[in-house]
Amino acid sequence: MADTDVNGAKKKKADRWSAGVIPYAEMGYWMPDYQPKDTDTICAFRITPQPGVPPEEAAAAVAGESSTATWTVVWTDRLTNYETYQAKAFKVEQVPNAENQYIAYIAYAIDLFEEGSIANMTSSIIGNVFGFKALKALRLEDMRIPLHYIKTFQGPAHGIIMEREHLNKYGRPLLGATTKPKLGLSARNYGRVVYEALRGGLDFTKDDENINSQPFMRWRDRYLYSMEGVNRAMEATGEIKGHYLNVTAATMEDMYERAQFAKEVGSVIIMIDLTIGFTAIQSMAKWARANSMILHLHRAGYATYARQKNHGVNFRVLAKWMRLAGVDHIHSGTVVGKLEGDPNMIRGYYDTLRLLKVEKNPRLGIYFDQDWGSMPGVMPVASGGIHAGQMHDLLHYLGEDVVLQFGGGTIGHPMGIAAGATANRVAVEAMIKARNEGRDYRKEGDDILKAAAKHSRELQVALDTWGDITFNYESTDTPDVVETPTSV
Amino acid sequence: MHITQGTFSYLPDLTDDEIRKQIQYALDNGWPCSVEFTDDPHPRNVYWEMWGLPMFDLEDAAGVLAEVNACRKAKPEHYIRLNAYDASYGKQTTALSFIVQRPSEEPGFRLDRQEWHDRTIRYTLHPYVADQPHGERYNGHK
Repeated sequence: MADTDVNGAKKKKADRWSAGVIPYAEMGYWMPDYQPKDTDTICAFRITPQPGVPPEEAAAAVAGESSTATWTVVWTDRLTNYETYQAKAFKVEQVPNAENQYIAYIAYAIDLFEEGSIANMTSSIIGNVFGFKALKALRLEDMRIPLHYIKTFQGPAHGIIMEREHLNKYGRPLLGATTKPKLGLSARNYGRVVYEALRGGLDFTKDDENINSQPFMRWRDRYLYSMEGVNRAMEATGEIKGHYLNVTAATMEDMYERAQFAKEVGSVIIMIDLTIGFTAIQSMAKWARANSMILHLHRAGYATYARQKNHGVNFRVLAKWMRLAGVDHIHSGTVVGKLEGDPNMIRGYYDTLRLLKVEKNPRLGIYFDQDWGSMPGVMPVASGGIHAGQMHDLLHYLGEDVVLQFGGGTIGHPMGIAAGATANRVAVEAMIKARNEGRDYRKEGDDILKAAAKHSRELQVALDTWGDITFNYESTDTPDVVETPTSV
Repeated sequence: MHITQGTFSYLPDLTDDEIRKQIQYALDNGWPCSVEFTDDPHPRNVYWEMWGLPMFDLEDAAGVLAEVNACRKAKPEHYIRLNAYDASYGKQTTALSFIVQRPSEEPGFRLDRQEWHDRTIRYTLHPYVADQPHGERYNGHK
C-alpha cells in the first residue's frame, strides 16, 4: 500500500487499521483515480462542508457514511472484502457562483443494494448521512443508475404507451381536473363535479391528495358516486373516461381493500400519495400491473426535501426512483403555474420520466447519461394554477405526453364546470392542430386561442376570465450553469 | 349526440385542406398513415375496419387524402378515422388519430345499469346502432 498522498488517499496498511478515529479520506473512501464501472451507481451530491473540513474529506465522509463506515475503525472490516463495499468518492467540483458548495461524485458497487428495492437503496444513499455533523448541508442532485440494476425493477405498471392505447387517446396532452373544494363535499355532490367535468371534455378527474376517507365522505361512497359520474360522462361523449380514486390509507390492508373495490366498480385508474412510502408504492405498482389498473402518484410532501437548493433530494432523483418503483403518473411541475418550477429543471424532470436515454445536460440540471433500457415512460402530470389561456406555453414546455390538470381552471368557469372543461379541450385541440400545421404556435398562441374561441363560447369566457393571470416568481431551485426566471 | 373520440373532436370538422396539413405533419415525422372505418362507435371498439393496409411507402399527402375520399365515397354513413403510426423504438404505437367523417345522425349510447350487491352498479355502454345488424345501421348504408 502506498503512503498517504496530498489528496489524502490511502495510509500505510498498518496505520489504516490502528484503533481510533482517522479521516474518512484516509480509509479508502476518497479515490481520485477511481474509474467507475458500468455496473456502479454514481451519485452527485451537493455538499456544504463545515468550516475547516476540506471538500475531499467531506466527500469521503459522505461515501463512508452512505456505505460501510462508522465513526471509528472496526477490525471486523477485515473479515470482508471491504474495498468492494466501500463507496468511493472520486471527484469534487466547486459549484460556480456558490461559496463553499461542491459537487461530490461517489460510486457504489452494484452489490451494495438489494435487487428491486427502493427502500434498500435509499436507506444507504439518503440514510444516516444527511444528518452528518461534518456537513452543514447535503443534497442528492442526481444518480446514474446502471442498467443492470434498473432491470431488477418492475417499472411503470403500464407506461405512457399502454395507457394511451387503453384509453384510445392519441396525439394530444390528456386533460384532467382535481375535484374542488378538496374537503367537505358529500359523495353525491362530489360525483356531480366528476360528471360535469368529464362530460364537458376532460379525460380524467382526480381525488385530491388529502381525500382519503373522512367523516364527511367515506371512501366507498365516493367511489360509487364517482363511478356513476364517470359512466354517465362516457354515455354522453362515447369516450373512455376515468377518475383517479385515491386509495391512500393507513395500512396496506386498507389500501388493497380500496383498490380491489375500485377495480370491482370498473375504474380504469387509482391513485396513491407519496406519503405512503416507497415500499407501499412498489406494492401498489405490483398490484396495479396484476389488475390492469393505471397508477397515479400524487407527490404529496415531496417539497419538504426537494425544494431547497443546498439540502435534501432533488426531484429528478425522486422521479427516477418512482419510475423504477412503477407508477404510471407523477406530478412533475407546470413551469407556468402557481407551484415551484424553473423551465430548464422541469424539462430535465420530464425527460427523466419519459425518455429511454437521457444525456448529461448541465443546462437542464442533468449530471449523468442515463440509460433506461426499454423501461416504459411515466406520464408527467402538470397541476396547479394553469388555465386554457396558457395552452401554447404549456405545450411548448411540457410537450404532448403529459396530463394537464386544470382544477380551478375548470371548476371556476363562470358558465359552469362542463363549460370549463370544454374550454380546456377546445384550447388544447386547437393548439395541437396549429402546431401540426407548422404554425409558430408559441408566438401566435393568443391568436390561435382567439380564433378557436369564435367557435366556442366556453373558451371565449375562459380567456376573458383568466387570460392575463400569470405566476411570475423566481424559482428557488435552478441549474447552476444558468439562472432562468419563470416569467414566460 | 356527437362522439368525441379522436384528437380533434372538439373543433369544427376539418376541411380537406386542413386534413392534408395534418397528413403532411405525420409524413414529415416519418409516420405512415392509415384509414379505418366502422359502424360501431363503442369506445372499446378497437379494431375498426382497415381501408387497405397502412400506407407505409406513400410520401405524398395528396395520395393519403385521396384514400380518405375514396373511403368516404364507399362508406358515406360510416365513421372514418385517419391514423398516423410511429414505428420508432420506444414508441411503436399510434401517434395521431382523428375522425374525418361521421354518419349524418349519431344516435349515441344507452347506459345500462345492473344493480348489484352492496349498492354497487355494473355499467354497460350500449350504442343504439348495435341493435341493428351490420349493413342495416345508419340508414341502411353498407
